[in-house]
Amino acid sequence: MAASLQSANPTLSRTLASPNKPSSFATFRSPFLRFNSTSVASNFKPLVSREASSSFVTRSAAEPQERKTFHGLCYVVGDNIDTDQIIPAEFLTLVPSNPEEYEKLGSYALVGLPASYKERFVQPGEMKTKYSIIIGGENFGCGSSREHAPVCLGAAGAKAVVAQSYARIFFRNSVATGEVYPLDSEVRVCDECTTGDVATVELREGDSILINHTTGKEYKLKPIGDAGPVIDAGGIFAYARKAGMIPSAAA
Amino acid sequence: MASVISSSPFLCKSSSKSDLGISSFPKSSQISIHRCQKKSISRKIVSVMAPQKDRSPGTTGSVKTGMTMTEKILARASEKSLVVPGDNIWVNVDVLMTHDVCGPGAFGIFKREFGEKAKVWDPEKIVVIPDHYIFTADKRANRNVDIMREHCREQNIKYFYDITDLGNFKANPDYKGVCHVALAQEGHCRPGEVLLGTDSHTCTAGAFGQFATGIGNTDAGFVLGTGKILLKVPPTMRFILDGEMPSYLQAKDLILQIIGEISVAGATYKTMEFSGTTIESLSMEERMTLCNMVVEAGGKNGVIPPDATTLNYVENRTSVPFEPVYSDGNASFVADYRFDVSKLEPVVAKPHSPDNRALARECKDVKIDRVYIGSCTGGKTEDFMAAAKLFHAAGRKVKVPTFLVPATQKVWMDVYALPVPGAGGKTCAQIFEEAGCDTPASPSCGACLGGPADTYARLNEPQVCVSTTNRNFPGRMGHKEGQIYLASPYTAAASALTGRVADPREFLQ
Repeated sequence: MAASLQSANPTLSRTLASPNKPSSFATFRSPFLRFNSTSVASNFKPLVSREASSSFVTRSAAEPQERKTFHGLCYVVGDNIDTDQIIPAEFLTLVPSNPEEYEKLGSYALVGLPASYKERFVQPGEMKTKYSIIIGGENFGCGSSREHAPVCLGAAGAKAVVAQSYARIFFRNSVATGEVYPLDSEVRVCDECTTGDVATVELREGDSILINHTTGKEYKLKPIGDAGPVIDAGGIFAYARKAGMIPSAAA
Repeated sequence: MASVISSSPFLCKSSSKSDLGISSFPKSSQISIHRCQKKSISRKIVSVMAPQKDRSPGTTGSVKTGMTMTEKILARASEKSLVVPGDNIWVNVDVLMTHDVCGPGAFGIFKREFGEKAKVWDPEKIVVIPDHYIFTADKRANRNVDIMREHCREQNIKYFYDITDLGNFKANPDYKGVCHVALAQEGHCRPGEVLLGTDSHTCTAGAFGQFATGIGNTDAGFVLGTGKILLKVPPTMRFILDGEMPSYLQAKDLILQIIGEISVAGATYKTMEFSGTTIESLSMEERMTLCNMVVEAGGKNGVIPPDATTLNYVENRTSVPFEPVYSDGNASFVADYRFDVSKLEPVVAKPHSPDNRALARECKDVKIDRVYIGSCTGGKTEDFMAAAKLFHAAGRKVKVPTFLVPATQKVWMDVYALPVPGAGGKTCAQIFEEAGCDTPASPSCGACLGGPADTYARLNEPQVCVSTTNRNFPGRMGHKEGQIYLASPYTAAASALTGRVADPREFLQ
């Protein structure tokens, strides 16, 4: 749904971001299903909600373009980190839409990783993680469709995942819930970063980057496109409401 | 509504025709109106002007662009004459399935977003199937089934397969068991339709020529309120399986073979369409096994062209009219794979990935601790019949604990009632008992995904298990250090008899 509001016009896509959290995603991509080629997407001719979007245009056009930045410690994992490792099935009795159980889900984030991972993502007894950036390899989030997976990462306090590629449902659930930014690295960063490294993710128009301050290396990230504003808004419903696609107040 | 969004440069219709249940796209922007006026054309012309690569310049009149089955289903569900891979379209959902694990969250989001008093878009198109964590003392798991019961009552959900007496599943006439098998058995899998479910193995229903895929709670919450979802049309990979299937092979071998070939991400975002003479010879349950595991290759959906086998199965289970569709001869496929099934051998997926393929006979030195037969993948009637057939042919006892979890109540009854062909009238249950297997358990998802600590047959120790289930990532069946070998029911039964990973040909030749 969010995609329909996005246009190939960079001004518009920029301005649809939250006024509080301006972002600068210009490259068109579907928020749900990613393109490998932007040429497919460039054919997209969406209709736009005039009133909603024009008000955003007015508001945010006056604001300077800001970069969205996450700074913190990295937690590094490998390939094919499936949803059972992200949140083992025994914890799926927790209902994410219940605020208390949402918090609890966070405390179990990545608890399914094998013992070969010496550092735990969330320390036993803690509710939150000290790692705000997860770095993974290929096919991150494969396996089940459980939305508990991106939810537990976000609930634990993670802001972004940087991986080489994602499984489809995990990517979509990340965007739909707005819990974490699923970012694609152009190279295999999980081999060049170590858990505990200090890193910064900068989401910028065209050339988003991951900086590992510990190693001093910088990595280019693929643009997140239209998914960015949806996550900025806090998920698909919040985004759609903000954009006037669905009524703003539920009865 | 469906026409509001299209990636086709030739199609742009006024949003005033929106019929979305919610008041979305309330007003068109100047930009879009301008664009529409420039491009506004009738749907009839759209089909003529649709972008085509191969059409000769001189072609006139109503030209048909080839579409795959999946594209056709999605075109019809989005009220378009043509869709191409990459199109983002609003799709009308025919059936939304949810269960006890994701249902409470999906309904929670629905209520939060649409209001406490909101009504679902169609109480007859929602199917709620408790199946994951049923036979457990876990209070939160029990509560989740109660939550679903409340929602279903309040929303007047027509198809809620409830269970209240956890002590005896047979005392619950409505209770079915594993959702993907129950959906088929209860007639909710129909060719040409769109089925969404809050479970990744929803793709099982592609066996019926349905577009079926898994979604998350938030998307399901949206569908509950609107009956629509925004989907991107996936490109289709075609798998042509020809040749006579050897008697010792099963559909599980075929799909493990394919996943081993293309990897766990080989079909990410894509459709896997299966055809060929082997597929035509498969029963519906075997076709379900094949489509069930497309998500293990990252696939969005799997699909098999409906035929007499399909129609016979479906028409016996539903009176709802449906219309099958088929891929056009000139449809575009992003990849073509061909397999000569007659040359394949029984395979397993070694720990810890479904694409870690090996021949069963190559693993004969792997000692195992237990065997598990069950789940949406390998817990159907024919799966138990196959295991029983092998046990009967071998006439031996199992060497390791062998756990049997029928997928549904119907499967459980079949295990106890149907005679196994060539076994002198014996039922599966009798053969399993003679072979020394555990008594078939209450139907549910069981230990396929671990589940609460008291789940029957859960892998609580770092053991080695041969399983007819679908995933073998670390911790999948409970213990993180457990090792799971995914296999066909034949291979699982043969392994139970030897205490090692075994090739079923040892017993079936």
